[in-house]
Amino acid sequence: MNNKNIFSSRLISNFDWILFGLTIVISVIGVAAIYSTGGAGNGEPNRTFIKQIYWILLGLIGMTLILLVDYHLLERFTYIFYIAIIIIFIIIALTGKSISGARRWLSIGQLTFQPSEIAKIILIITLARYFDDRNIRGAYQIRNLAVPFIIVLIPVILIAKQPDLGTAVILFFIFVSMSFFMKINPKSFSILIGSFVLSLPLLWHFMKNYQRNRILTLMNPQTDPLGSGYHIIQSKIAIGSGGYAGKGFMSGTQSQLNFLPEKHTDFIFSVFAEEMGFIGATLLIFAYLVILIKGIDVIYHARDRSGALMAIGVVSMLTFHIIFNIGMTTGIFPVVGIPLPFMSYGGSSLMTNFMAIGLLLNIKMRRFKGID
Amino acid sequence: MRIGGREQNFSETVKGRILIFTILIVTSILFLIFRLWYLQIIKSDELKLLAENNRVRTIPLKAYRGKIFDRNNKEIINSRPSFNLLLTPEDVKEPERILSIIASRFKIDMDRIKMEIKNSHALFQPVTLKRNLSREEVAFIEEHRIDLPGVFLDIEPARNYVHEEAASHIFGYVGEITKLQLDNLRNSDYRLGDLIGQYGIEKRYESTLKGKRGSKYIEVDATGRELKVLREVKPDFGYNLYLTIDIELQKEAEGLFEGKNGALVAIDPRDGSILAMVSKPSFNPNFFAGGVSKEYWSNLTADNYKPLQNRAIQGQYPPGSVFKIITATAGLEEGVITPATIINCPGFFKLGKKTYRCWKKSGHGKMDLQNALIQSCDVFFYTVGFRLGVDRLSQYAYSSGLGNSTDIDLEGEKAGLIPTSDWKERAKGEPWVAGETLSVSIGQSFNLVTPIQLANMISAVANGGTIFKPRIVYKIETESGVNEVKPEIKGKLAAAQKTLDIIRDSLRGVVSDARGTGRAATISGIVVAGKTGTAQVIKMKESEDKADEDLPYEFRDHAWFVAFAPYENPTIAVAVLVEHGGHGGSAAAPIAGRLIKKYLLTQ
Repeated sequence: MNNKNIFSSRLISNFDWILFGLTIVISVIGVAAIYSTGGAGNGEPNRTFIKQIYWILLGLIGMTLILLVDYHLLERFTYIFYIAIIIIFIIIALTGKSISGARRWLSIGQLTFQPSEIAKIILIITLARYFDDRNIRGAYQIRNLAVPFIIVLIPVILIAKQPDLGTAVILFFIFVSMSFFMKINPKSFSILIGSFVLSLPLLWHFMKNYQRNRILTLMNPQTDPLGSGYHIIQSKIAIGSGGYAGKGFMSGTQSQLNFLPEKHTDFIFSVFAEEMGFIGATLLIFAYLVILIKGIDVIYHARDRSGALMAIGVVSMLTFHIIFNIGMTTGIFPVVGIPLPFMSYGGSSLMTNFMAIGLLLNIKMRRFKGID
Repeated sequence: MRIGGREQNFSETVKGRILIFTILIVTSILFLIFRLWYLQIIKSDELKLLAENNRVRTIPLKAYRGKIFDRNNKEIINSRPSFNLLLTPEDVKEPERILSIIASRFKIDMDRIKMEIKNSHALFQPVTLKRNLSREEVAFIEEHRIDLPGVFLDIEPARNYVHEEAASHIFGYVGEITKLQLDNLRNSDYRLGDLIGQYGIEKRYESTLKGKRGSKYIEVDATGRELKVLREVKPDFGYNLYLTIDIELQKEAEGLFEGKNGALVAIDPRDGSILAMVSKPSFNPNFFAGGVSKEYWSNLTADNYKPLQNRAIQGQYPPGSVFKIITATAGLEEGVITPATIINCPGFFKLGKKTYRCWKKSGHGKMDLQNALIQSCDVFFYTVGFRLGVDRLSQYAYSSGLGNSTDIDLEGEKAGLIPTSDWKERAKGEPWVAGETLSVSIGQSFNLVTPIQLANMISAVANGGTIFKPRIVYKIETESGVNEVKPEIKGKLAAAQKTLDIIRDSLRGVVSDARGTGRAATISGIVVAGKTGTAQVIKMKESEDKADEDLPYEFRDHAWFVAFAPYENPTIAVAVLVEHGGHGGSAAAPIAGRLIKKYLLTQ
């Protein structure tokens, strides 16, 4: 009993309130931004932001659940999760509901869920487990990465076929950055990077036409201003026209008048930047940076190797999401459907990100030895 | 379970990599902020403009062109509703069927319709297919509205010339602005498709008449749906012009030219106001109002008689015997003759080996100045001209306004030509020949004048010597009030009052004397003064033995008559030119007479 008491108070004292608080703050900003996008006077009541609030509450529950379970326990059962998610992907590929040409949704009753989101967390834990188990003395060689590569490749292929190129790329990047922390020798790492670069033309070959177009239009959006270049152009106009201080809440003409596509999901940042301006957008990005720095702090102070690896995975995942999404809305990266964590509308994505934060908090809370 | 110590070392062992990882993250984030700074600060103005262009659609509101009134405040040019045929591509169901109906019914080329649709910005924006529809065409659309979804009518103000062809050369016309004009007016608010004054008063007073385009700023969403009117700038009306023209007199004058080509200018000698100005053949400016048809335009431009030329200010003709007024003035002023000087006219004047004939082969006998003017004796004026020499003569002609533009407020006035010996040296490279002076002194040879110049000259003779700048607009009505256009004096005839009195008295004789050449201008109850002129088109020698009527039309003489009335207190001065009309006394004088009668009796 006594032991238990120390356990819980110690856990709570190690709870990272700043990390948690910033997550909530950004989520609330996200709800406000989604509320704002519903302002176009087409008469329909805007329910989207209410759904988002529900998802946030669900996300908090998910986060709490992850918090309560020691991450070592998650590590222990991770292969089961991994196999389960692969099976789910196969089921989706065979029976899944097709929404705008993509089979990436799993329907349970009224709810539709995107398993590829949760797959990120499962993959992070699975890779952490694998790298933790196979602790090689000395430097990693290329061949030592073969098995984890296959672990990543199976879901990447299944997700890419849905098609959900964005998530597939994120999974691959999570793998690369986690491998980076294994003592892989620089030569092997450069071979890895080199072969990736060399395989780009091959990747190009397998891409669908619309995906190629997105990359081409990124380089020169004016070639097709009403087609695939439209999203990039309108998003840049939205962000740029916000200026210093923005046009004000619910006053962004680009979003209110629907010039901005996908405004409550992938382009929510453009909505925010248009209405809140450079000042607001920079503050938001700083908030993300603080979250990431807090995550790095978790890596650094993790009690053990598996905790550190999981934290690396989570921080990488959040980083890639933030950079790809904002990079896409500001016209640096091609348009791939990568949501902005805690801002973009979407249950699966919110759930996953809250769980990811939960994992970080979990690792940080349990960073001291002798607590089991 | 692994050994705690080694475990704790993991973070320590990858410390370097954590640092690299951190640096990469921070750099990427800073790069994003840099990108935002670029878009939201550096490019902000440019992108704000694009955002505004996205959401604001500007609809031009056409300005109403100013109206034009005559001297009696009668509306002579105004605007009428003109119907245009428009089509919204998006709303056209069964495009093939509807487009073919439109193409055949409205005689528009099918390819042109398809081209217009292809060139339009968006499918929900209407394209204009045809302007200025006829009443039947409007009725057709009204009746078949249900069968022609996407096709509709739009009303815009079109210029309306109430009296059709009357005074077409003064009024001019409006037409679509040309590419070249648009380039020259780059800093103005003209746009492609705008109407602009292309001729006459419409052109000269374009900036006064045009008004200012208004705009309606409408907020649209991404689909182009109009959400609300953001702002509306009402168009400004163009200013109204009041002309010195008397439209009734003008129409009378036009009627007098029935079947004839030529020009007429009537001036109020008291202030230089143009009362009427005719140039025949003429055109109908209404045909230009909604875009001139190719057919009408090519008819006008191909016509040998050049209906688009304003003969009153652009036609250059030898003045013929009208010039004798100048020769007489110069002779008296220079003292080479006196009113009492008698010169015998045997029917010819010998200069060296050459013989210069009087129009009257048998001769006029003994002539003084007055009789010489009344009977238009050539020999008398040969003598005067010979005594003066060409350069002294030209000086008087020039200072009377001949051979130089009157500065009337219309485009394209021609200067004419008054020859001097210098001029001949320069232009022809030959010295002046004395015989040419003889021709000049009776208004032939190199002399070229425009009808407006002769009208202005006779007006000065009538009013006691004041040469006005002919005035065609006397009042401009602006939003802030009325601007009077004051009469402007250009100069004085170089003639003493005594000289003018003698000349005027002689000109009265031209009309009222039994032997006067201008008797055809007589009006009962009104004393008219005038001078006939017959301008040779080909040299006398070739035509001397033939009656004018027997010559081909284009070789016949031009008939002139200048006049003013009433003699004591003139209120109208007229110059009439009938192209290839033959003798001034028979062809031109009656026209002047009837016009003066109409004017003075209806005043």
